[in-house]
Amino acid sequence: MKLLSNIAVSESGYLFNPTNGDSFSSNAVATDIISLLKQDKNPDEIKKAILEKYDVEKSTIERDLDEFLQELRDNYLMDGDVR
Amino acid sequence: MSGKKRITIALTGLNAVDSPGPGVAVVRGIRDCKDFDVRIIGLSYESLEPGIYMEGITDKTYQIPYPSAGSESLLTRLEYIHEKEHIDVLIPNFDAELYNFIKLAPKLKEMNIHTFMPTIEQFEARDKINLFTFCKKNNFLVPRDRTVYSVAELPAAAAHFNYPLVVKGKYYDAAVCQTLEQAQKAFHKLEAKWGLPIIVQEFILGTEINVAALGDGKGNTISAIPMRKLFITDKGKAWAGVTLEDSKLIKLARDFIKATNWRGGCELELMVTNDGRPYFMEVNPRFPAWIYLTVGAGQNQPAALVKLALGEELEPFTTYAVGKTFIRYSWDMIIDIEQFQHFSAFGEN
Repeated sequence: MKLLSNIAVSESGYLFNPTNGDSFSSNAVATDIISLLKQDKNPDEIKKAILEKYDVEKSTIERDLDEFLQELRDNYLMDGDVR
Repeated sequence: MSGKKRITIALTGLNAVDSPGPGVAVVRGIRDCKDFDVRIIGLSYESLEPGIYMEGITDKTYQIPYPSAGSESLLTRLEYIHEKEHIDVLIPNFDAELYNFIKLAPKLKEMNIHTFMPTIEQFEARDKINLFTFCKKNNFLVPRDRTVYSVAELPAAAAHFNYPLVVKGKYYDAAVCQTLEQAQKAFHKLEAKWGLPIIVQEFILGTEINVAALGDGKGNTISAIPMRKLFITDKGKAWAGVTLEDSKLIKLARDFIKATNWRGGCELELMVTNDGRPYFMEVNPRFPAWIYLTVGAGQNQPAALVKLALGEELEPFTTYAVGKTFIRYSWDMIIDIEQFQHFSAFGEN
Protein backbone atom coordinates (compact mmCIF):
# COMPACT_ATOMS: atom_id res chain seq x y z
CA MET A 1 0.00 0.00 0.00
CA LYS A 2 1.84 3.08 -1.23
CA LEU A 3 0.94 6.48 -2.55
CA LEU A 4 1.84 6.72 -6.24
CA SER A 5 5.40 7.98 -6.41
CA ASN A 6 4.63 10.76 -8.89
CA ILE A 7 1.84 12.40 -6.87
CA ALA A 8 2.80 15.99 -6.14
CA VAL A 9 1.77 17.31 -2.72
CA SER A 10 2.20 20.93 -1.72
CA GLU A 11 2.75 22.11 1.86
CA SER A 12 -0.81 23.40 1.90
CA GLY A 13 -2.15 19.92 1.15
CA TYR A 14 -2.91 20.34 -2.55
CA LEU A 15 -2.53 17.04 -4.41
CA PHE A 16 -1.90 16.79 -8.14
CA ASN A 17 -1.93 13.50 -10.02
CA PRO A 18 0.27 14.18 -13.10
CA THR A 19 -0.94 11.04 -14.86
CA ASN A 20 -4.58 12.06 -15.18
CA GLY A 21 -4.62 15.72 -14.10
CA ASP A 22 -6.85 15.16 -11.07
CA SER A 23 -6.27 17.56 -8.20
CA PHE A 24 -7.53 17.57 -4.61
CA SER A 25 -7.43 19.78 -1.56
CA SER A 26 -6.86 18.11 1.79
CA ASN A 27 -7.22 19.29 5.36
CA ALA A 28 -4.40 19.29 7.93
CA VAL A 29 -4.91 15.70 9.14
CA ALA A 30 -5.19 14.36 5.59
CA THR A 31 -2.04 16.29 4.63
CA ASP A 32 -0.19 14.64 7.54
CA ILE A 33 -1.42 11.19 6.50
CA ILE A 34 -0.32 11.79 2.92
CA SER A 35 3.05 12.98 4.09
CA LEU A 36 3.43 9.79 6.18
CA LEU A 37 2.36 7.65 3.22
CA LYS A 38 5.04 9.37 1.12
CA GLN A 39 7.55 8.29 3.77
CA ASP A 40 6.33 4.67 3.25
CA LYS A 41 4.78 4.43 6.74
CA ASN A 42 2.31 1.57 7.26
CA PRO A 43 -1.22 2.12 8.68
CA ASP A 44 -0.17 1.27 12.24
CA GLU A 45 2.67 3.78 12.11
CA ILE A 46 0.34 6.39 10.64
CA LYS A 47 -2.29 5.83 13.36
CA LYS A 48 0.41 6.14 16.04
CA ALA A 49 1.71 9.40 14.58
CA ILE A 50 -1.77 10.92 14.28
CA LEU A 51 -2.69 9.89 17.86
CA GLU A 52 0.46 11.53 19.13
CA LYS A 53 -0.23 14.77 17.28
CA TYR A 54 -4.01 15.16 17.57
CA ASP A 55 -6.48 14.81 20.41
CA VAL A 56 -8.57 12.00 18.92
CA GLU A 57 -10.02 8.63 19.99
CA LYS A 58 -8.16 5.55 18.71
CA SER A 59 -11.41 4.09 17.32
CA THR A 60 -12.07 7.32 15.39
CA ILE A 61 -8.67 7.44 13.74
CA GLU A 62 -8.90 3.72 12.85
CA ARG A 63 -12.23 4.24 11.11
CA ASP A 64 -11.27 7.53 9.50
CA LEU A 65 -7.93 6.23 8.24
CA ASP A 66 -9.58 3.21 6.60
CA GLU A 67 -12.09 5.49 4.92
CA PHE A 68 -9.43 7.92 3.78
CA LEU A 69 -7.20 5.19 2.34
CA GLN A 70 -10.22 3.85 0.47
CA GLU A 71 -10.88 7.34 -0.85
CA LEU A 72 -7.29 7.53 -2.11
CA ARG A 73 -7.72 4.17 -3.83
CA ASP A 74 -11.06 5.24 -5.34
CA ASN A 75 -9.28 8.25 -6.84
CA TYR A 76 -6.45 6.18 -8.29
CA LEU A 77 -3.81 7.71 -6.07
CA MET A 78 -2.40 4.48 -4.63
CA ASP A 79 0.10 2.15 -6.24
CA GLY A 80 -1.61 -0.61 -8.17
CA ASP A 81 -4.59 1.54 -9.20
CA VAL A 82 -4.65 2.00 -12.94
CA ARG A 83 -5.38 5.71 -13.34
CA MET B 1 21.70 44.07 -37.60
CA SER B 2 20.78 40.72 -36.02
CA GLY B 3 22.03 37.44 -37.43
CA LYS B 4 18.59 35.90 -37.04
CA LYS B 5 16.87 34.28 -39.94
CA ARG B 6 14.33 36.72 -41.40
CA ILE B 7 11.24 34.91 -42.58
CA THR B 8 7.73 35.71 -43.65
CA ILE B 9 5.08 33.31 -42.39
CA ALA B 10 1.46 33.29 -43.55
CA LEU B 11 -1.19 31.47 -41.56
CA THR B 12 -4.91 31.03 -41.01
CA GLY B 13 -7.02 30.39 -37.91
CA LEU B 14 -7.15 33.92 -36.50
CA ASN B 15 -10.66 33.42 -35.14
CA ALA B 16 -9.77 33.61 -31.46
CA VAL B 17 -13.43 33.29 -30.45
CA ASP B 18 -15.22 30.98 -27.98
CA SER B 19 -14.51 27.99 -30.21
CA PRO B 20 -11.14 29.25 -31.36
CA GLY B 21 -8.92 28.48 -34.30
CA PRO B 22 -5.26 27.81 -33.44
CA GLY B 23 -3.76 30.68 -35.46
CA VAL B 24 -3.18 33.21 -32.67
CA ALA B 25 -1.58 30.53 -30.46
CA VAL B 26 0.63 29.40 -33.36
CA VAL B 27 1.78 33.00 -33.92
CA ARG B 28 2.60 33.38 -30.22
CA GLY B 29 4.76 30.25 -30.32
CA ILE B 30 6.60 31.41 -33.43
CA ARG B 31 7.14 34.91 -32.05
CA ASP B 32 8.49 33.43 -28.80
CA CYS B 33 11.21 31.55 -30.71
CA LYS B 34 14.45 33.50 -30.60
CA ASP B 35 15.84 31.84 -33.74
CA PHE B 36 13.72 33.82 -36.18
CA ASP B 37 12.98 37.40 -37.03
CA VAL B 38 9.47 37.00 -38.42
CA ARG B 39 6.91 38.93 -40.35
CA ILE B 40 3.48 37.37 -39.84
CA ILE B 41 0.88 37.54 -42.59
CA GLY B 42 -2.61 36.64 -41.44
CA LEU B 43 -5.01 34.92 -43.81
CA SER B 44 -8.61 35.35 -42.71
CA TYR B 45 -12.02 34.27 -43.93
CA GLU B 46 -14.06 36.84 -41.98
CA SER B 47 -13.56 40.55 -41.31
CA LEU B 48 -14.16 40.11 -37.60
CA GLU B 49 -11.57 37.47 -36.79
CA PRO B 50 -9.96 38.95 -33.65
CA GLY B 51 -6.41 38.00 -34.69
CA ILE B 52 -6.59 40.60 -37.48
CA TYR B 53 -6.83 43.40 -34.92
CA MET B 54 -4.86 42.06 -31.93
CA GLU B 55 -1.65 43.89 -31.07
CA GLY B 56 1.53 41.96 -31.81
CA ILE B 57 -0.09 39.05 -33.65
CA THR B 58 -0.13 39.75 -37.39
CA ASP B 59 1.85 42.39 -39.27
CA LYS B 60 -0.70 42.40 -42.07
CA THR B 61 -3.77 40.33 -42.89
CA TYR B 62 -5.41 39.41 -46.17
CA GLN B 63 -8.84 37.94 -46.66
CA ILE B 64 -8.91 34.65 -48.57
CA PRO B 65 -11.83 32.83 -50.23
CA TYR B 66 -13.80 30.22 -48.32
CA PRO B 67 -12.76 26.59 -48.90
CA SER B 68 -16.02 26.01 -50.79
CA ALA B 69 -14.74 28.36 -53.54
CA GLY B 70 -12.17 25.69 -54.45
CA SER B 71 -8.41 25.50 -54.73
CA GLU B 72 -8.11 27.57 -57.94
CA SER B 73 -9.56 30.74 -56.43
CA LEU B 74 -7.44 30.16 -53.33
CA LEU B 75 -4.34 29.88 -55.53
CA THR B 76 -5.18 33.09 -57.36
CA ARG B 77 -5.49 34.94 -54.07
CA LEU B 78 -2.27 33.40 -52.68
CA GLU B 79 -0.39 34.42 -55.85
CA TYR B 80 -1.50 38.01 -55.29
CA ILE B 81 -0.47 37.93 -51.60
CA HIS B 82 2.85 36.21 -52.38
CA GLU B 83 3.73 38.82 -54.97
CA LYS B 84 3.44 41.48 -52.29
CA GLU B 85 4.76 39.62 -49.27
CA HIS B 86 7.18 36.92 -50.51
CA ILE B 87 5.89 34.22 -48.18
CA ASP B 88 8.53 31.75 -46.96
CA VAL B 89 6.27 29.44 -44.92
CA LEU B 90 2.52 28.89 -45.01
CA ILE B 91 0.65 27.21 -42.12
CA PRO B 92 -3.02 26.33 -42.62
CA ASN B 93 -4.75 25.79 -39.29
CA PHE B 94 -8.28 24.58 -40.14
CA ASP B 95 -9.46 21.07 -40.98
CA ALA B 96 -11.94 22.30 -43.59
CA GLU B 97 -9.35 24.25 -45.61
CA LEU B 98 -6.56 21.67 -45.46
CA TYR B 99 -7.68 19.64 -48.44
CA ASN B 100 -7.36 22.67 -50.75
CA PHE B 101 -3.97 23.62 -49.34
CA ILE B 102 -2.66 20.04 -49.64
CA LYS B 103 -3.84 19.99 -53.25
CA LEU B 104 -1.94 23.22 -53.89
CA ALA B 105 1.26 22.03 -52.14
CA PRO B 106 3.21 21.33 -55.39
CA LYS B 107 2.21 24.74 -56.79
CA LEU B 108 3.19 26.43 -53.55
CA LYS B 109 6.54 24.65 -53.66
CA GLU B 110 7.12 26.00 -57.19
CA MET B 111 6.39 29.45 -55.80
CA ASN B 112 9.04 28.79 -53.12
CA ILE B 113 6.42 28.75 -50.36
CA HIS B 114 7.29 26.05 -47.84
CA THR B 115 4.59 24.07 -46.09
CA PHE B 116 4.65 21.15 -43.70
CA MET B 117 1.27 19.45 -44.06
CA PRO B 118 0.08 15.85 -44.06
CA THR B 119 -0.28 14.10 -47.40
CA ILE B 120 -3.75 13.45 -48.81
CA GLU B 121 -3.39 9.78 -47.75
CA GLN B 122 -2.51 10.75 -44.17
CA PHE B 123 -5.28 13.35 -44.13
CA GLU B 124 -7.88 10.84 -45.29
CA ALA B 125 -6.72 7.92 -43.10
CA ARG B 126 -7.63 9.77 -39.93
CA ASP B 127 -10.88 11.21 -41.30
CA LYS B 128 -13.84 10.46 -39.03
CA ILE B 129 -15.31 8.19 -41.68
CA ASN B 130 -12.11 6.11 -41.95
CA LEU B 131 -10.86 6.30 -38.35
CA PHE B 132 -12.31 2.94 -37.28
CA THR B 133 -10.70 1.05 -40.16
CA PHE B 134 -7.41 2.91 -39.69
CA CYS B 135 -7.27 2.15 -35.97
CA LYS B 136 -8.20 -1.51 -36.40
CA LYS B 137 -5.49 -1.92 -39.03
CA ASN B 138 -2.90 -0.44 -36.68
CA ASN B 139 -4.13 -2.13 -33.48
CA PHE B 140 -5.30 1.09 -31.83
CA LEU B 141 -8.40 0.98 -29.63
CA VAL B 142 -11.34 2.78 -31.22
CA PRO B 143 -15.08 2.89 -30.50
CA ARG B 144 -17.24 0.92 -32.92
CA ASP B 145 -19.19 3.13 -35.30
CA ARG B 146 -21.70 3.16 -38.15
CA THR B 147 -21.95 5.76 -40.90
CA VAL B 148 -25.52 6.76 -41.74
CA TYR B 149 -26.89 8.82 -44.60
CA SER B 150 -30.56 9.09 -43.56
CA VAL B 151 -32.51 9.29 -40.34
CA ALA B 152 -34.27 6.05 -41.33
CA GLU B 153 -30.97 4.21 -40.94
CA LEU B 154 -30.62 5.33 -37.31
CA PRO B 155 -32.58 2.55 -35.53
CA ALA B 156 -30.55 -0.17 -37.24
CA ALA B 157 -27.27 1.61 -36.50
CA ALA B 158 -28.29 2.28 -32.91
CA ALA B 159 -29.16 -1.38 -32.43
CA HIS B 160 -25.46 -2.23 -32.68
CA PHE B 161 -24.69 -0.30 -29.51
CA ASN B 162 -26.26 0.19 -26.11
CA TYR B 163 -27.48 3.62 -25.11
CA PRO B 164 -26.00 6.10 -24.51
CA LEU B 165 -24.41 6.44 -27.91
CA VAL B 166 -22.71 9.33 -29.66
CA VAL B 167 -24.03 11.02 -32.82
CA LYS B 168 -21.29 12.96 -34.59
CA GLY B 169 -21.19 15.51 -37.38
CA LYS B 170 -19.01 15.08 -40.46
CA TYR B 171 -16.53 17.79 -39.42
CA TYR B 172 -17.39 18.98 -35.93
CA ASP B 173 -19.84 18.57 -33.06
CA ALA B 174 -21.17 15.52 -31.30
CA ALA B 175 -24.10 14.69 -29.02
CA VAL B 176 -24.38 11.97 -26.41
CA CYS B 177 -27.86 10.47 -26.84
CA GLN B 178 -29.81 8.36 -24.34
CA THR B 179 -32.76 7.46 -26.62
CA LEU B 180 -33.58 7.02 -30.30
CA GLU B 181 -35.58 10.28 -30.18
CA GLN B 182 -32.54 12.18 -28.96
CA ALA B 183 -30.41 10.54 -31.66
CA GLN B 184 -32.92 11.56 -34.36
CA LYS B 185 -32.94 15.14 -33.09
CA ALA B 186 -29.13 15.21 -33.05
CA PHE B 187 -29.06 13.74 -36.59
CA HIS B 188 -31.20 16.56 -38.00
CA LYS B 189 -29.25 19.25 -36.17
CA LEU B 190 -25.86 17.93 -37.31
CA GLU B 191 -27.03 17.28 -40.85
CA ALA B 192 -28.29 20.88 -41.14
CA LYS B 193 -24.97 22.21 -39.91
CA TRP B 194 -22.35 19.95 -41.45
CA GLY B 195 -24.13 17.84 -44.05
CA LEU B 196 -24.00 14.08 -44.52
CA PRO B 197 -22.93 11.51 -43.53
CA ILE B 198 -23.51 11.33 -39.79
CA ILE B 199 -21.50 8.98 -37.61
CA VAL B 200 -23.13 6.91 -34.86
CA GLN B 201 -20.53 5.80 -32.37
CA GLU B 202 -20.30 3.59 -29.31
CA PHE B 203 -20.10 5.63 -26.08
CA ILE B 204 -16.85 5.16 -24.15
CA LEU B 205 -16.86 6.18 -20.50
CA GLY B 206 -13.61 7.69 -19.33
CA THR B 207 -11.46 10.78 -19.09
CA GLU B 208 -10.82 12.80 -22.24
CA ILE B 209 -7.13 13.42 -22.81
CA ASN B 210 -5.76 15.26 -25.84
CA VAL B 211 -2.25 14.98 -27.19
CA ALA B 212 -0.66 17.71 -29.34
CA ALA B 213 1.99 16.12 -31.51
CA LEU B 214 4.37 16.97 -34.34
CA GLY B 215 5.64 14.40 -36.82
CA ASP B 216 8.60 14.91 -39.15
CA GLY B 217 7.06 12.99 -42.06
CA LYS B 218 9.57 10.16 -41.72
CA GLY B 219 7.89 8.39 -38.82
CA ASN B 220 9.63 10.33 -36.06
CA THR B 221 7.80 12.23 -33.35
CA ILE B 222 9.45 15.57 -32.70
CA SER B 223 7.10 16.41 -29.86
CA ALA B 224 4.07 14.96 -28.06
CA ILE B 225 2.41 16.56 -25.05
CA PRO B 226 -0.71 15.19 -23.34
CA MET B 227 -3.23 17.59 -21.83
CA ARG B 228 -6.35 17.11 -19.75
CA LYS B 229 -9.10 19.68 -20.01
CA LEU B 230 -9.85 21.22 -16.63
CA PHE B 231 -12.70 23.44 -17.75
CA ILE B 232 -14.88 22.67 -20.75
CA THR B 233 -17.20 25.08 -22.56
CA ASP B 234 -20.67 24.11 -23.70
CA LYS B 235 -19.11 23.46 -27.11
CA GLY B 236 -16.76 20.93 -25.55
CA LYS B 237 -13.73 23.19 -25.96
CA ALA B 238 -11.00 23.44 -23.36
CA TRP B 239 -11.08 26.73 -21.45
CA ALA B 240 -8.34 25.49 -19.11
CA GLY B 241 -6.06 22.47 -19.25
CA VAL B 242 -2.98 20.93 -17.68
CA THR B 243 -0.04 18.98 -19.08
CA LEU B 244 0.19 15.37 -17.93
CA GLU B 245 2.94 12.87 -17.39
CA ASP B 246 1.86 9.69 -19.12
CA SER B 247 4.44 7.65 -20.97
CA LYS B 248 1.71 5.34 -22.35
CA LEU B 249 -0.02 8.23 -24.12
CA ILE B 250 3.25 9.57 -25.49
CA LYS B 251 4.08 6.11 -26.79
CA LEU B 252 0.62 5.97 -28.39
CA ALA B 253 1.28 9.30 -30.14
CA ARG B 254 4.63 7.98 -31.35
CA ASP B 255 2.96 4.78 -32.60
CA PHE B 256 0.37 6.87 -34.47
CA ILE B 257 3.02 9.05 -36.09
CA LYS B 258 5.12 6.00 -37.00
CA ALA B 259 2.11 4.18 -38.47
CA THR B 260 1.18 7.17 -40.67
CA ASN B 261 4.59 8.86 -41.17
CA TRP B 262 2.59 11.89 -40.07
CA ARG B 263 3.90 15.14 -41.47
CA GLY B 264 3.04 18.25 -39.47
CA GLY B 265 1.04 19.00 -36.37
CA CYS B 266 -1.90 16.98 -35.14
CA GLU B 267 -4.11 16.51 -32.12
CA LEU B 268 -5.11 13.09 -30.86
CA GLU B 269 -8.41 13.14 -28.99
CA LEU B 270 -8.42 10.13 -26.69
CA MET B 271 -10.84 8.71 -24.14
CA VAL B 272 -8.95 6.88 -21.42
CA THR B 273 -11.13 4.39 -19.53
CA ASN B 274 -10.84 3.98 -15.78
CA ASP B 275 -8.82 0.81 -16.31
CA GLY B 276 -6.35 2.81 -18.39
CA ARG B 277 -7.24 1.86 -21.99
CA PRO B 278 -6.89 4.79 -24.44
CA TYR B 279 -9.49 4.89 -27.24
CA PHE B 280 -9.00 7.07 -30.31
CA MET B 281 -11.99 9.40 -30.58
CA GLU B 282 -10.64 11.68 -33.30
CA VAL B 283 -7.42 12.80 -34.90
CA ASN B 284 -7.34 16.46 -35.93
CA PRO B 285 -4.91 17.06 -38.81
CA ARG B 286 -3.52 20.34 -37.45
CA PHE B 287 -2.42 21.96 -34.21
CA PRO B 288 -5.12 22.40 -31.55
CA ALA B 289 -6.16 25.87 -30.30
CA TRP B 290 -4.35 25.10 -26.99
CA ILE B 291 -1.00 24.63 -28.79
CA TYR B 292 0.60 27.51 -26.87
CA LEU B 293 0.59 25.19 -23.82
CA THR B 294 3.31 23.14 -25.56
CA VAL B 295 5.41 26.32 -25.70
CA GLY B 296 4.79 26.95 -22.00
CA ALA B 297 5.70 23.35 -21.22
CA GLY B 298 9.04 23.62 -23.04
CA GLN B 299 8.37 22.12 -26.48
CA ASN B 300 7.63 24.89 -28.95
CA GLN B 301 5.75 22.89 -31.56
CA PRO B 302 4.78 25.84 -33.83
CA ALA B 303 8.43 27.00 -34.07
CA ALA B 304 9.57 23.42 -34.65
CA LEU B 305 7.07 23.10 -37.52
CA VAL B 306 8.46 26.25 -39.14
CA LYS B 307 11.99 24.78 -38.93
CA LEU B 308 10.81 21.49 -40.45
CA ALA B 309 9.07 23.41 -43.24
CA LEU B 310 12.34 25.20 -43.98
CA GLY B 311 14.09 21.86 -44.32
CA GLU B 312 15.92 21.70 -41.00
CA GLU B 313 16.55 18.29 -39.43
CA LEU B 314 15.30 18.33 -35.85
CA GLU B 315 16.07 16.10 -32.91
CA PRO B 316 12.96 15.09 -30.94
CA PHE B 317 12.27 17.01 -27.75
CA THR B 318 12.87 14.83 -24.69
CA THR B 319 11.47 16.70 -21.70
CA TYR B 320 8.61 19.00 -20.83
CA ALA B 321 7.06 20.48 -17.70
CA VAL B 322 4.22 18.47 -16.18
CA GLY B 323 1.48 20.44 -14.42
CA LYS B 324 1.77 23.49 -16.71
CA THR B 325 -1.71 24.92 -16.94
CA PHE B 326 -3.38 27.22 -19.41
CA ILE B 327 -6.45 29.30 -18.67
CA ARG B 328 -8.10 30.94 -21.65
CA TYR B 329 -9.79 34.30 -21.30
CA SER B 330 -11.86 36.66 -23.37
CA TRP B 331 -11.00 40.31 -23.85
CA ASP B 332 -12.93 43.13 -25.44
CA MET B 333 -10.70 44.98 -27.88
CA ILE B 334 -11.63 48.48 -28.91
CA ILE B 335 -10.97 49.37 -32.53
CA ASP B 336 -12.12 52.19 -34.77
CA ILE B 337 -14.85 51.33 -37.23
CA GLU B 338 -12.54 52.57 -40.02
CA GLN B 339 -10.19 49.65 -39.38
CA PHE B 340 -13.03 47.19 -39.80
CA GLN B 341 -14.46 49.05 -42.80
CA HIS B 342 -11.06 49.15 -44.47
CA PHE B 343 -10.54 45.42 -44.05
CA SER B 344 -14.09 44.63 -45.18
CA ALA B 345 -13.84 46.83 -48.25
CA PHE B 346 -10.32 46.00 -49.44
CA GLY B 347 -9.77 42.49 -48.02
CA GLU B 348 -6.51 43.58 -46.41
CA ASN B 349 -5.42 45.95 -43.69
